[in-house]
Amino acid sequence: MRNVKLMLVGLLLTIMSGCGAPDAELVVYSARNEPLIKPMFDRFTEETGIKVVFVTDKAEVLMQRLQAEDSNTPADVLLTVDAGNLWWATQNDLLQPLESAVLTENIPEYLRDPEDRWFGLSVRARTIVYSPERADARMLSSYEGLADPMWRGRLCLRTSKKVYNQSLVAMLIAEHGEAKTEQIVKGWVANLAADVFANDTAVIEAIAAGQCDVGIVNTYYFGRLERDNPALPVKIFWANQGSGGVHVNVSGGGVVRDSRHVENATRLLEWLSAGEAQSMFASSNLEFPANPAIAADPAVAAWGQFEASRLSLARAGELQSAAVRLMDRAGYR
Amino acid sequence: MRIEQTVSARDAPGLRHTTHHRVFWLLVAILIATPVSIVLLQIGSAALAPRSDAWAHLAEFVLPRVIGNTVWLVIGVTLSAAALGTVLAWLTAVCEFPGRRFLAWALLLPLAIPGYVLAFVLVGMLEYSGPVQTLGREIFGPDLAIPAIRSRGGVILVLTLCLYPYVYLIARNAFQTQGMRALEIGQSMGLSIRSGFFRIALPLARPWIAGGALLVAMETLADFGTVSVFNYDTFTTAIYQAWFGLFSLESAMQLASILVLFVFVIVVLEQRLRARADFAATGSQGTGLGRLRLGRKSAFAATGFGFLVLALGFVIPFCQLIVWTFGSGSEFDARFFGYVWQTLVVASLGALLTTVVAVCLAYAVRNRGGPARWLARWATLGYALPGTVLAVGVFAPIVTLNNTVQELLVRAIGPGAPQILLQSTLVAMLLAYLIRFLAVAHSPVESNLLRITRSLDENSRILGVSGWQMLRRVHLPILRGGVLAAFTLTFVDIMKEMPITLMTRPFGWETLAVRVFEMTSEGEWARASAPAVAIVLVGLIPVITLTRGSSRVD
Repeated sequence: MRNVKLMLVGLLLTIMSGCGAPDAELVVYSARNEPLIKPMFDRFTEETGIKVVFVTDKAEVLMQRLQAEDSNTPADVLLTVDAGNLWWATQNDLLQPLESAVLTENIPEYLRDPEDRWFGLSVRARTIVYSPERADARMLSSYEGLADPMWRGRLCLRTSKKVYNQSLVAMLIAEHGEAKTEQIVKGWVANLAADVFANDTAVIEAIAAGQCDVGIVNTYYFGRLERDNPALPVKIFWANQGSGGVHVNVSGGGVVRDSRHVENATRLLEWLSAGEAQSMFASSNLEFPANPAIAADPAVAAWGQFEASRLSLARAGELQSAAVRLMDRAGYR
Repeated sequence: MRIEQTVSARDAPGLRHTTHHRVFWLLVAILIATPVSIVLLQIGSAALAPRSDAWAHLAEFVLPRVIGNTVWLVIGVTLSAAALGTVLAWLTAVCEFPGRRFLAWALLLPLAIPGYVLAFVLVGMLEYSGPVQTLGREIFGPDLAIPAIRSRGGVILVLTLCLYPYVYLIARNAFQTQGMRALEIGQSMGLSIRSGFFRIALPLARPWIAGGALLVAMETLADFGTVSVFNYDTFTTAIYQAWFGLFSLESAMQLASILVLFVFVIVVLEQRLRARADFAATGSQGTGLGRLRLGRKSAFAATGFGFLVLALGFVIPFCQLIVWTFGSGSEFDARFFGYVWQTLVVASLGALLTTVVAVCLAYAVRNRGGPARWLARWATLGYALPGTVLAVGVFAPIVTLNNTVQELLVRAIGPGAPQILLQSTLVAMLLAYLIRFLAVAHSPVESNLLRITRSLDENSRILGVSGWQMLRRVHLPILRGGVLAAFTLTFVDIMKEMPITLMTRPFGWETLAVRVFEMTSEGEWARASAPAVAIVLVGLIPVITLTRGSSRVD
């Protein structure tokens, strides 16, 4: 009987654990996954003595959570991927503007919020990949060019439900307007070799297997496959060189509006934007550093220099909803 | 054929069914239905917002396609899972063939494989770039045409393989206790085995099969992970598109409300399907004639079929997971034991709570009938909502409560009051699981309770057994199979559950499902294999316990 009582008490303690704010100097809500951020936070704590706790979830859910928790949120920092999400966070007043000379110096203007409420911390390029055996690189030029009938039955794309494609099309709208962009997207759909895929990896594998000849993917997915199989018969082509530049997006973060630890939170972002931390943050996922002073991972650098689109990423957020509608209308699933 | 269907007793005044008693059970049902009502209200009130232009867009370009897709999917999966589950349950419960004893429990194993994992593995294998087609092209040349796996048929196949165990487990329970007897009756009436099955055993097992099929239909409607691997657009994907793509949570909630109404219609249909009769087996066992021995050819076919389903639904995906675990440096470190432990804690607490509540609810329905019956239907609707929508719906009221309490605290103590976070406690987590999985526990318990007739109660009373005694000595032995099934199903479902776990887990609380999410969110499926394997292994615990438990009845 005593054992049962002890067990019950233990159980009760377990159940109530976590009731009350976590005992830490910094709480992070992160849509970037644990294997990528945990080593960073451990390093940060080692160097600064500031303890960090975090939860991971989908970006949209974390933002909904911040909205619901309102001024009682335990969160100090929101880390997420994609400019569209960061834009939504600012639209709903979830983040606060920061005055940090370090951040404004480290992160170029087009990779951060115009009012400095969020900052890009790593850059992901979304570009063309092709099969060197079946597609001539000289025939490739731009995202727009993939709408050309010469690619009929040769193009593979990921589903339009992925935010990466929504941002890409949003940027096309920013550049060409809706009417022309819709023509381009319809051209892509007409050229598809197979039903759209659920992820970028499947697109690259389809090209490798010969199902199609070209596709559009984020480079880090390509990097992972290349790391596992150096003989991968697929190559990267930097799109739109000389005509606007490669579409880039960011993973980034900002300080939560009602953070109780603004100073430490800002310090974490600053720490992530410079030095070895910035290098680690980008290379752990084979992305590009947001800070131009930091060199990319050798495996990433091997893909060569490219000109990136300088359109402000906040525009991608503004136009994302328009992009989703446009793709629905064009029949891009 | 209406053998052993007694006339409905629920309206007949029982000996001790005083008004007092009836009010008590109605209150129990209301209490149980309250949390889900709050969540549905939360979703419904968000849906009351004026229709945005996002809605107009969805109505014109998205809904026409997804409605058709959804209807086909639900019908296809529900019918095929019901058929598959029933056939397998009949074979293993009543017939004798080589491998039966093994298959009887092994056929539950696909339950432990999350749908999106099975989808990912099968699509990966059977797609153009997968090993099967690549090998085919090497042998037969590049023009080999194989039907695409990423098609309506493909999704239905995968979901059927994942979900048939719901029907299998519940229907098997029915056949075990009354299957042989049904055949004996058939034989005594001069029916062949075949017509004995179709005309007696099957109609008798209808509430069980329907209960399982209802779970399948609800789970199919709520599914997001599996259909998105196939890129098959359903109502649920449209909900997420409205929310994540068009940034219109209102439209998402409006769609979710329509989904709830749709499910309610299905639920009502199922209720009708059960007819207005109580089903009961008077003697709980066959008379020991032994199992039905299949002829050589049929026995061979039964064994082959059982192993085929097992291979597709479990062996192939599990082997792939094992290969990935050893091949890709998927990490197994000391923290892993922590994940397993925390998974065990939430899954067993959650399953225990849900099962106990389900039993209470089933008794409320039995003792009160009428309104309690509807409240029970209402209380189990949470299972049909897409996980993330439900998670947000549960989270918001808890946060509101928390913030109110916090405000009172600050007013009482001053600004130095400690910050409380009810939303990140196990209590919130368990409550959310209860709302989501009550249907899963309720179905098997309710159908088992049907078997305890009023006359059984009266007889016991005449023999001087009543109250707790009756519950323990008369009811529990009959309910046991249903309660064990309820516990197992909820345990495994909670283990696999992601959105609620992610949103309500206490800081630093990591379960195996959370680990799977961490890896798959960036598409690193191979690295997710170690936690996925662990989910399967932990899932074996209740499955084996269940088999042991029910084999005593065997």
